[in-house]
Amino acid sequence: MPSTYQIISSTTLTSSAATVTLSSIPSTYTDLVVRFTARTDASGTNDQIALRFNGVTTSSYAWTRFRGDGANAGSYSPNTTETSGYVAQVDAAGTASNTFANGEVYIPNYTSSTQKPSYAFSAAEDNATPAYLTLAANLGTATTAISSITFLSINSNNFVSGSSFYLYGIKNS
Amino acid sequence: MPLTYEPVATTTLSTAASSITFSSIPSTYTDLRIVFTGTGTTSVGIKARFNNDSGTNYSYVEMLGNGGGAFSGRQGDLGYFALDTQFNLSTTIPTIRTLDVFSYAGSNYKTTLVHQSNNLNTSGNIIAMAHLWRSTSAINQISLLVFSSTIAAGSTATLYGIKNA
Repeated sequence: MPSTYQIISSTTLTSSAATVTLSSIPSTYTDLVVRFTARTDASGTNDQIALRFNGVTTSSYAWTRFRGDGANAGSYSPNTTETSGYVAQVDAAGTASNTFANGEVYIPNYTSSTQKPSYAFSAAEDNATPAYLTLAANLGTATTAISSITFLSINSNNFVSGSSFYLYGIKNS
Repeated sequence: MPLTYEPVATTTLSTAASSITFSSIPSTYTDLRIVFTGTGTTSVGIKARFNNDSGTNYSYVEMLGNGGGAFSGRQGDLGYFALDTQFNLSTTIPTIRTLDVFSYAGSNYKTTLVHQSNNLNTSGNIIAMAHLWRSTSAINQISLLVFSSTIAAGSTATLYGIKNA
């Protein structure tokens, strides 16, 4: 039986980068999973990262975020489409060194001709406050199959060396 | 090396149906995962049952964010798993439900983690739930169902088996 859960690509930064793009995604799977470890060079204690499908930079993404920071829990949605989908709160230059946020993005039926729902679940814990646990429900409004996924800082910062993004394909048969 | 994460069964509805059922689930895995994406023919709530048990043996606790606030709640003594506590299936945009069933073949009560991810562009929420089925029986059947209307054609559910060795 072919493997159900297969690594498609593995990207680990050896120098800082503004974006990480997982490209040439084959259409032979059912769902996609991206598992990431991320930190940016933002000057504060945290940054926010986002995703785009197929390089689409127009207002084609809707999202709802649910986040706890160790003291409060809250939810937010821009209630309008944005130029990227929401992924996670991540560690930045102001947090303890060698501390990276971790998480997962799950994208079911990525080759379908419907709009693309996905979810993200992440944790940014650094033995200090604030720390973040975040869930996000995303919707990509484009109906084309996903062939690339780009991760970026919402605040135009850079991912630092050591940030990694692993793309897996899941087959349902 | 044996496969760790295997598809056990998948169903994509060719016509609308009131349920999607995975039966004769082998006991050879450690945990199970179901991934559902789909719509309803009307805005209908989707639920789940184990082993066709309709007794009041289900309970849950949830936390939810809807873009405007964060909430938590619980219900006990239900006759089903609620996968629709705040959001029915859309008739136009597919939404996601994942169920992670731990130690499904064991002799303890069964814990399931559920994730609902709903975003319809103009509204949405994200929900994490912990469910309990108060039965010591091994799970050999899981049904996703609606009590009125139907799950729309094109909706898909896949059952995966996960092994710990």
